[in-house]
Amino acid sequence: MSVKSIMIVGVGGQGSLLASRILGNVLLSEGFDVKVSEVHGMSQRGGSVVTYVKYGEKVYSPVIEKGEADVIISFEQLEAARWIPYLKKGGHLIVSDQVIEPMPVITGAAKYPENIIDKINNIGIDIISVDALTLAEKAGNAKASNVVLMGVLSTKLKFDKEVWYKALEECVPEKFLDMNKKAFELGVNL
Amino acid sequence: MKKLMLGNDAFARGIYEAGCKVVSSYPGTPSTEITEAAAKYKEVYAEWAPNEKVAMEVALGASIAGARAFCGMKHVGLNVAADPLYTASYTGVNGGLVIAVADDPGMHSSQNEQDSRYHAIASKVLMLEPSDSGECKEFVKQAFDLSEKYDTPVIVRMSTRVAHSQSSVELCEREEKELKKYEKNAQKYVMMPAFARKRHVVVEERMQNLVEFAETSELNKTEINSSKTGIITSGISYQYAREVFGDTVSYLKLGIVNPLPEKLIKDFAAQCDEIYVIEELEDIIETKCDKLGIKVKGKELFGYIGELSQAIIAEKILGKKPETESFGEDIPVRPPVMCAGCPHRGLFYSLSKLKLNVMGDIGCYTLGASAPLNAMDATICMGASVSSLHGFNKARGKDAEKNTVAVIGDSTFMHSGMTSLVNISYNSTNSTVIILDNSITGMTGHQQNPTTGYNLKGDVASKVSLEDLCKALGIKRVRVVDPYDMAETEKVIKEELAVEKASVIISRRPCALLKYVKHKPALKVNTEKCTTCKSCLKIGCPAISIKNSKACIDHTQCVGCGICQEMCKFDAIGGNK
Repeated sequence: MSVKSIMIVGVGGQGSLLASRILGNVLLSEGFDVKVSEVHGMSQRGGSVVTYVKYGEKVYSPVIEKGEADVIISFEQLEAARWIPYLKKGGHLIVSDQVIEPMPVITGAAKYPENIIDKINNIGIDIISVDALTLAEKAGNAKASNVVLMGVLSTKLKFDKEVWYKALEECVPEKFLDMNKKAFELGVNL
Repeated sequence: MKKLMLGNDAFARGIYEAGCKVVSSYPGTPSTEITEAAAKYKEVYAEWAPNEKVAMEVALGASIAGARAFCGMKHVGLNVAADPLYTASYTGVNGGLVIAVADDPGMHSSQNEQDSRYHAIASKVLMLEPSDSGECKEFVKQAFDLSEKYDTPVIVRMSTRVAHSQSSVELCEREEKELKKYEKNAQKYVMMPAFARKRHVVVEERMQNLVEFAETSELNKTEINSSKTGIITSGISYQYAREVFGDTVSYLKLGIVNPLPEKLIKDFAAQCDEIYVIEELEDIIETKCDKLGIKVKGKELFGYIGELSQAIIAEKILGKKPETESFGEDIPVRPPVMCAGCPHRGLFYSLSKLKLNVMGDIGCYTLGASAPLNAMDATICMGASVSSLHGFNKARGKDAEKNTVAVIGDSTFMHSGMTSLVNISYNSTNSTVIILDNSITGMTGHQQNPTTGYNLKGDVASKVSLEDLCKALGIKRVRVVDPYDMAETEKVIKEELAVEKASVIISRRPCALLKYVKHKPALKVNTEKCTTCKSCLKIGCPAISIKNSKACIDHTQCVGCGICQEMCKFDAIGGNK
């Protein structure tokens, strides 16, 4: 098969690293060659962050460039808009409808665009908008929005649920495991 | 067993499998996780040293003693450790000595974009460059063997995309290495002129041997697929090129980036009609080709700035541009910010309010330079805040002393602020240095340091008292403030600037992201009391914004630090009392 590319984007501190590790584990168990590229350091402090996940028979470059992503998962509306140029024609966008204003908006130097999700829909992009934050809070912790979104993604990738559960077990501390499984299910059953 | 591993984790696995005994490093993105991961293996002794120079000397000492030893750092860290490196090249090793240096093309988390290959060339040591996690592990193991075989330190060059990408790695068992016999050998290890002159001859001979080794080593790989186009490349650039061209072109992938194999390059070039050199940052391979009289295309296409990618290569060589959609409106940038609850925030607000000149340093607090705080005048390198403050004050005299401060973190102070502070007391300026003590090395992701009371393995360690240390360095006025108490903090800053003596203010409050820090419940805005004066926005807290014409606090981010409450003149923010 040709290489598939998934981008996980959001705001530093939202848990994109954990999401990419869960996904990477799933893909490795499915027997794919996998590369996951992460961002550490300064951007992690509330900046715009992006993680690349690529899989297939043989993956070379760990990064995803403009027009290459089959799926983009965004933890925040503005970040979804920012990374649209990276989506392949016909690619899917899964977005948590959370809004986190960046500092230039807070200070009044820039404006947060209105109705982002509608506008993306109007471009003709396949977009699933999820209230991941509320679902995560329902599962027991607002921080689990990342796992809710992995639940949504799992419905697009069609791997066995056991593989996802096994990856959760490998990536999440045991005391948070039940809560995260609940969050995952809420994403699956959207 | 196959495992998905970060390049840095795989590097650590290589350290473990190679039987390395002693690891000493200083954290720095993108190198930090190598040492953190190495510390998890109980067979490996691992520590955070106060700086890279110390780390390299510790590792060299362990090597002289007969153990396999490692030290890791980021590219700018190698500048700090350059002094021992250049002479370790002369002494050579006893147990294998491997050094990781992680370059940061694109400056994801760095103050410059220097190419560490120049350090390998200048210090005349072997440098390897892996291109994925599997190679990280394998190259490190070979680096230890080569270090011992050729009696040289070996540098393994990482870059951000190799260090911070995960790919699959085949795990092997650790091979225990007995300590090599230690024999006194002053001619090899005491580098005074008479001995060093002889060792320089050895270094040059070794370089010749390493060139010969590079000509035939399997670390350099030739793939002949086409007689038309050939690509000479190394590290992550190979992966980018492979993604663009697949099996349609020929490759010379250099796993050894110093020394470069002249004959191998010539032979490869002779097999192709046109040669491209694809390398990030400097034109080191290209310059070698020029010297060998091989006509190549490289920097004229790719330049010297930032990272490469498959898209850049496809555009520059094939003229291909991707088809893309766009949102069609301006999208505000999202620069990194101090976290909600960050103890630096209140302090930087005071510095901004008092309109001081601020000599900055390297750490999370460099973000104090950003809007709306805008409270930093200069940031150069680790420790430079303290020394450049002294220089600034010497140049501009008493007026500057009354409105200029240095800010430096606890870990950065231990790294190289101490010696600068000695200079202030010894050569006497009435400088005011603020140590931002958040009880951890923050930006690199929470590493212990000599002031935290714990070591890398998580055990209780001797704790350096910053107060006692500063006094011992000759500073008579040392005061401690809690930056969450903005009024008191501001008062103390004003007092210390006014007094005609050198002083240190320790602004002490642990990083809000530390696990042991208990957060208060999120604060709430009383919308009836809020007059939308926007005072609370002046502190640049990411949790506060304006919603429906009133201030609004994001409960998922707020940790109840109370700085915004201190800003509000209308008592409109409450909720955690």
